[in-house]
Amino acid sequence: MSQEKREIVIPSQLLGDAEGNKAGRGTFIENGKIYSEMLGILSKRSNYINVIPLKGRYDAIEGDFVIGIVREAMASSWLVDINAPYPALLHVNEVPWDVDFGETEKYLNHGDSVMAKILQVDVEKKLQITLKDRNLYKIRGGHITYIEPSKVPRLIGKKGSMISLLKKYTRCRIFVGQNGRIWIDGAEDDIAKVIYAIRKIEEESLAFGLTNRIEELLKKDIKDV
Amino acid sequence: MESDIKLIDDNGKRLDGRAPDELRKIKIEVGVLHRAEGSCYLEWGGNKVMVAVYGPKEALPRHTQNPLRAIVNARYNMAAFSVDDRKRPGPDRRSREISKVISEALEKVILLEKFPRASIDVNIEVLNAEAGTRCAGLTAAGVALADAGIPLKDIPVSCAAGKIDGHVVLDLGKEEDNFGDADLPIAISPRTNEILLLQMDGHLTVEEFDKALEMAINGCHIASDIQKKAIMDKYQSAPEVK
Repeated sequence: MSQEKREIVIPSQLLGDAEGNKAGRGTFIENGKIYSEMLGILSKRSNYINVIPLKGRYDAIEGDFVIGIVREAMASSWLVDINAPYPALLHVNEVPWDVDFGETEKYLNHGDSVMAKILQVDVEKKLQITLKDRNLYKIRGGHITYIEPSKVPRLIGKKGSMISLLKKYTRCRIFVGQNGRIWIDGAEDDIAKVIYAIRKIEEESLAFGLTNRIEELLKKDIKDV
Repeated sequence: MESDIKLIDDNGKRLDGRAPDELRKIKIEVGVLHRAEGSCYLEWGGNKVMVAVYGPKEALPRHTQNPLRAIVNARYNMAAFSVDDRKRPGPDRRSREISKVISEALEKVILLEKFPRASIDVNIEVLNAEAGTRCAGLTAAGVALADAGIPLKDIPVSCAAGKIDGHVVLDLGKEEDNFGDADLPIAISPRTNEILLLQMDGHLTVEEFDKALEMAINGCHIASDIQKKAIMDKYQSAPEVK
């Protein structure tokens, strides 16, 4: 990162001229000027001006892996909450089991959690998810925690540096959904350690050199044990 | 309305010692509620307002959904203890009107097309009232929407002007509102000076109206700077790196 400090921008803040710059995500153009449309962090990459949101709901993108919680079992589908503005539909054809009509409740019921992939987002933002992909299944055991969806990239780190760090030092199995839900499984102490580290990452997500500091934190914990 | 109270003295000072073009003191706190997606607590003179924003979420009941854009449900409510005599709780004609005009003002600044079929709920709770609660509520709602991470074209801001004892003044206080000649609350989009809300109570000549409108727009810009500073202060305070 070449910037000295991460710059916070607020809606309607002037970011630059539309000439010479391209308006990226989180921005809009009016009268040849680029403005921010949300509270976020300014990022300029080549000649694109982007605003990465600080807060807000998960914006579903096809192909994302998410963790969903089943809200309703219907005759041939389930409604799953994936923390988007809308519930996602999971059809019986999109699960690895052979479900008879009207027997959906035998497989997934209200309150169950699943790892899923976003199959489709249409213009009306109707969401469809699927369980037919690598390693997607119903979650049994473990712990689910939550961070702001916009902070997921920070938790994963560059090329997964941060998340592999957590896995290495705590021997936990961790699955990070793009929608901000995180599933952790392992020994009880280790889960607590991961959650502590995640809260730390969430708090200091704007700081630089965070990966190194988290590594030190985890190392210190291991010595204590 | 004729009154015995002299609202403006010979030196041009008002009852609370303000100059004609001076706002009451404004204090804004961002992100005060943890359950809401965005929130704001605002004090504007004696007004105390709490705003919570929920959503965007699927609009229910289903028939209220718009397949092309989100709907905005602003709900303005005065607490029973917000006024001198106990206010009978619940929505009444006045609060329903204010809810409607605030919803319409907010619809103009939110990028609704991003959330088809959704609703955005804005709860405006007036804890203490002292003239100009709709302005205070709308100003706080703008901050809470930004805090919720909802895409906005601008942060809306509101302010009133009015006429007391024949003088056009900014931001009426309680006595000035009760015994004054006119009240003109407006809301604008400060980047473009677009008017989002304009109501008037009482009588103004065309010249007085133009003067009051200009004054209120200036007042809005002052309040807008306070809004922006409050949001910046909240999120800039992220830990610095050594």
